[in-house]
Amino acid sequence: MRGKRIVAVLLTSLMLLVGSNAMAKKIEIQWWHAMRSARGEVCKALIDKFNKSQDKYVVIGTNKGNYDEVLNAGIAAIRAHKQPHILQSFEVGTQTMMLSGAIYPVYKLMSDAGYDINWNDYLQAVLSYYMNKDGKLMSMPFNSSTPVMYYNADMFKKAGIPLPSKSDPMTWDELGTILKTMIDKKIAPAGLVAAWQSWTQIENYCAIHNLPFASRANGYEGLDCVLQFNSPQVVAHIAQLKDWMKDKRFLYGGQKYQGPKAEFIAQNAAVYIDSISGIAKLKKAVKDFQWDVAPLPVESWMARPQNSIIGGASNWVLAGHSKEEYKGVAAFLAFLAQPEQQIFWHKQTGYFPITLTAYDELKKQGYYKEQPYQEVGIKQLNRAIPTKNSRGLRLGYFVQIRNIVNEELEKVWNDTKTPQQALDDAVARGNKELRAFEKIYN
Amino acid sequence: MIKRSIFSNKYLPYLLILPQVLVTLTFFYWPALNGLINSMLLSDPFGLHTSFVWFDNFVDLFTDPLYLKSIGITGVFSGATAVTSISLGLFIATLANRACKVKAVIRTMLIWPYAVAPAISGILWLFLLHPSYGVVALIIKKTFGVDWNPVLHGSDAMVMVIMASAWKEISYNFVFFIAGMQAIPTSLIEAAAMDGASPFRRFWNITLPLLSPTLFFLMVMNIIYSFFETFGVIHTMTQGGPGGSTNILVYKVYQDGFIGLNLGSSSAQSVILMSIIIIVTILQFKYVEKKVQYTG
Repeated sequence: MRGKRIVAVLLTSLMLLVGSNAMAKKIEIQWWHAMRSARGEVCKALIDKFNKSQDKYVVIGTNKGNYDEVLNAGIAAIRAHKQPHILQSFEVGTQTMMLSGAIYPVYKLMSDAGYDINWNDYLQAVLSYYMNKDGKLMSMPFNSSTPVMYYNADMFKKAGIPLPSKSDPMTWDELGTILKTMIDKKIAPAGLVAAWQSWTQIENYCAIHNLPFASRANGYEGLDCVLQFNSPQVVAHIAQLKDWMKDKRFLYGGQKYQGPKAEFIAQNAAVYIDSISGIAKLKKAVKDFQWDVAPLPVESWMARPQNSIIGGASNWVLAGHSKEEYKGVAAFLAFLAQPEQQIFWHKQTGYFPITLTAYDELKKQGYYKEQPYQEVGIKQLNRAIPTKNSRGLRLGYFVQIRNIVNEELEKVWNDTKTPQQALDDAVARGNKELRAFEKIYN
Repeated sequence: MIKRSIFSNKYLPYLLILPQVLVTLTFFYWPALNGLINSMLLSDPFGLHTSFVWFDNFVDLFTDPLYLKSIGITGVFSGATAVTSISLGLFIATLANRACKVKAVIRTMLIWPYAVAPAISGILWLFLLHPSYGVVALIIKKTFGVDWNPVLHGSDAMVMVIMASAWKEISYNFVFFIAGMQAIPTSLIEAAAMDGASPFRRFWNITLPLLSPTLFFLMVMNIIYSFFETFGVIHTMTQGGPGGSTNILVYKVYQDGFIGLNLGSSSAQSVILMSIIIIVTILQFKYVEKKVQYTG
């Protein structure tokens, strides 16, 4: 009798133990990302919210450094078969990730997990960057930005020039005249500075003017693509900037953003082209003058300018985990795409909301009346249906190609090469990289 | 009589050196071997598509005029950095050795820059020399009217990175030179002074020859430093620009391998870099060391 009771007690406690264990044992989802400081805090807030919203999964976010470091950490982890579920990778690494054979395409994951997502509700210019050639989404867009034109409003007013529109781009010729006036009147020491020259002056220039950056639909349709950005239009654009250097209408401030930004903040330059994510930095740093944002200039021959292309990063789901875990991954990705989360993300970081629902909701809330800067980029992205030339770039060894473009452009700026020769050389050198990349995968 | 330890057990000596052998194998030979193998592979970053291509990666590099240019740039950069830092280190050491009153203070203060990491040194110098926000750059431009612009002009950028790299090494060289000078018997110098030798003559005929072991050691160390450790300086100051004019070999390895994920070419470059260093060091030992006078 007594023995039976002991057994019963033991059994019950065992069951309780097992039961409570099952309750406590949530499925862990690992997410490696590159978001630090302020952005990292926002990511953490989103993760906490998701973890509290349900009790089956727990997402663990880990910052693995900057974009390069996160990608390298991911590669090392995949090689060691210890990969996280979700890996954030920057847009330049898209081709590498797509071909890796180590990913679980997002469109497939979502449909396998039973989500019926209306992809038409997404900002197409964002989505198209991460699609394969059949229009299927390979990774979930996360943080996306695009270049815009910042200008020193005080200088414009002083020169008696009406402020540029926030939705209709000015032409490059108009910009040239405006900068000339300001320099001649000695209102601005120099005219235009541009950050990330390859991205803003070549890649986006091609997209907006519907020119191919590379053949085979910018590489979407095959690894055998060749670069084509040495077209007469692009050469003319670079030649124009070079020409503007003579009277300081264009000032070269360096490859990244630090130099150009410093020139703009010090009021050495009237106009500054950089990513939309520069808004937060300028808000913090500029105290002594008024600035504003306008869309990137467009050539006068381009009647209906295309969308600009994005920069930023997306979340890749990595293969090799269990079905149960993938359900959690899908739930988390769906959670991130909810309007509420997207609005929070956009307001906190300035990166675009990825769905039209979220965008409309923000409009309804009157957010863009308070923050008129923020809408310039979205409008520029959304002004046309992306074409084969403007949906994005899908190139192997893209980092090296950007480096080459930067190098060759610098040779234009310091008089070592003519624009035509520099762009021809950049194309030739870049094609060599493309062929080397192609060789790996066949 | 020579004292000899005899091991009774044949295996004991091997056992005793085993830890050292293991450490060397795992941390030196294994990675080096991996680098060597990788340099003959064509591989995607994930290691899922790999093919053996023999020496294709090397052939590609040596037929690339830009890579050859990068070797040239590295030569100029390392040579200039080593010469600048050694000669300035020697000069300052000579002066500091003569100063009597505040010798200790001067010595301590001169050692400080060595504690600064190359990357930080790069940032410090950038704050002085950057054309947009550099303090010294503004003075150069305004007062002297020089068109100083390392963001645009390759030669300016080269001068800038050489200064930042050499600055840090001056302290290191200084420490060794001053230690070397203190080991020189004063009686020798005093005797020469009594014979009427001028300070320069004393330096040239006595101090310098006696310092030659130090000088030789520092030459090897400085060349190695400027080949490898200056990565931080380049990374923070120019990222190899403008137009690739400061793209030294070690930075190219990083850019192609870590950032660009072209592991085959990057490994081949490391192998070449390793060979260059081995050759340079052998040459130094073979030809320069003959002129070195070791005392004792």
